[in-house]
Amino acid sequence: MSINLPIYLDNSATTKIDERVLAKMMPYLTNQFGNPASRSHVFGWKADEAVELARQQVADTVGCDSKEIIWTSGATESINLALKGASSFYQDRGRHLITIKTEHKATLDTMRELERIGYQVTYLSPESNGLIDLNKLVDSIKPDTILISVMMVNNEIGVIQDIGAIGKICREKGIIFHVDAAQAVGKMVFSIKDLEVDLMSFSAHKVYGPKGIGALYVRRRPRIRLMPQIHGGGHERGFRSGTLPTHQIVGMGEAFKIAHEELATELPRIKKLRDKLLSGLQNIEEIYINGDMEHRVYNNLNVSFNYVEGESLIMAIKDIAVSSGSACTSASLEPSYVLRAIGRNDELAHSSIRFSIGRFNSEEEIDYTVKLLTEKVTKLRDLSPLWEMFKDGVDLDNFQWQGHGERDIILHN
Amino acid sequence: MSYSNKVIDHYEHPRNVGALDKNDPNVGTGMVGAPACGDVMKLQIKVNAAGIIEDAKFKTYGCGSAIASSSLVTEWLKGKNLDEASKIKNIQIAEELELPPVKIHCSVLAEDAIKAAIEDYKRKK
Repeated sequence: MSINLPIYLDNSATTKIDERVLAKMMPYLTNQFGNPASRSHVFGWKADEAVELARQQVADTVGCDSKEIIWTSGATESINLALKGASSFYQDRGRHLITIKTEHKATLDTMRELERIGYQVTYLSPESNGLIDLNKLVDSIKPDTILISVMMVNNEIGVIQDIGAIGKICREKGIIFHVDAAQAVGKMVFSIKDLEVDLMSFSAHKVYGPKGIGALYVRRRPRIRLMPQIHGGGHERGFRSGTLPTHQIVGMGEAFKIAHEELATELPRIKKLRDKLLSGLQNIEEIYINGDMEHRVYNNLNVSFNYVEGESLIMAIKDIAVSSGSACTSASLEPSYVLRAIGRNDELAHSSIRFSIGRFNSEEEIDYTVKLLTEKVTKLRDLSPLWEMFKDGVDLDNFQWQGHGERDIILHN
Repeated sequence: MSYSNKVIDHYEHPRNVGALDKNDPNVGTGMVGAPACGDVMKLQIKVNAAGIIEDAKFKTYGCGSAIASSSLVTEWLKGKNLDEASKIKNIQIAEELELPPVKIHCSVLAEDAIKAAIEDYKRKK
């Protein structure tokens, strides 16, 4: 079987729309263009029917009532609505919120904004495996804590937090619990029915659906109230105004339905590919897996290649599309905040690669990836004075480096 | 980050990679940079009786521009005497490789590596 390059192994960033999803969406861009809010003619009725079917499909996939699903523009908006909407509605109860340092920026930046307008936020550090210590979570709860937000699956290191246990803690203390589940749908078995979660955010484009559409689960029993963040027409039970994008919603519904139906066959297939990738890479010396391997989704593997510089590694493996723990867009090297939060040093954080396997990856692609990584890491280590020193038994941590930090960098014209 | 063709060429086909015997009295070794800064360069020169650099080797931990900068200077150093070698300036490296402003520090590091290697050689004499 031939391989098309570059190989896409960045499915946690986004996914290709499944052809079956696209086929369902197309009619709603052409003949079935009606506004689902139009009550006076068949165009509107048809669109509304499609929207409600999709709502049911999403609800069935995540295990809730369809009335508990609110359409948004994506997980980022869902998270904003959940955190801002709930903290605003319940501010009389208290103004303290808790989250984790390794959350997605959609949560962290929203929390920063809430701090700016007068809330207090505790950012818990995860353990070195990426998971949170529940005792530390309990210890951080204050009498005025109103909301806790934790992601189900981490986008960088793929670890699965114990949402069941955290939900119990929140319910006991009367604290609202929001879960960012953008990376969980289609990647693991879960149902809201089994969880004590009040708010949950979803995205379509991580699940082979279109970009620009997401959903927020808002529990009805016990009822969770939110202050809307977007006004204008009172769509979505007043939680989120704006004309519904029928084609996007239909796409999300179909994408979630397919993910749900195929989960039982897809999970073992993805696991097999992941195991193949892992065992192939483990033949390379001095590699470090980031994040717990047991409490982890199968589609994610995050690996640091010691003594290899991150940017040159990315340059060397341009035949595969992956994410790096190193932001190379500026002169200031800024390693992944997630890897720093789990205690990885700068060098390991910089040399990390996130492989995220998806529906359309094949065994041949994994074989190619292992071969490429092995070759390029070997080549870069042959070039690396650090590798040479490591092999000579030099203690690199206590070595006196002659940095050039004290020297001014002169830009000649 | 888009690299110039010259950087890509040096990165994909680095010249003079390797190590010389650092205990050889005719070899000068310079190592500059730090892992925490994202780049470390080790540059070695071998100087003959006439004071001419007859061999140069490098190993670099760093980005493509850092690897290219050190690869380029090993080419330039060969055949030069120490005085000529010490006059190689970072701006020449940056111009030759068409380094963008955010990568100028790679050329600075390469210049520092040359100076460090020459100092080491002189110290031994």
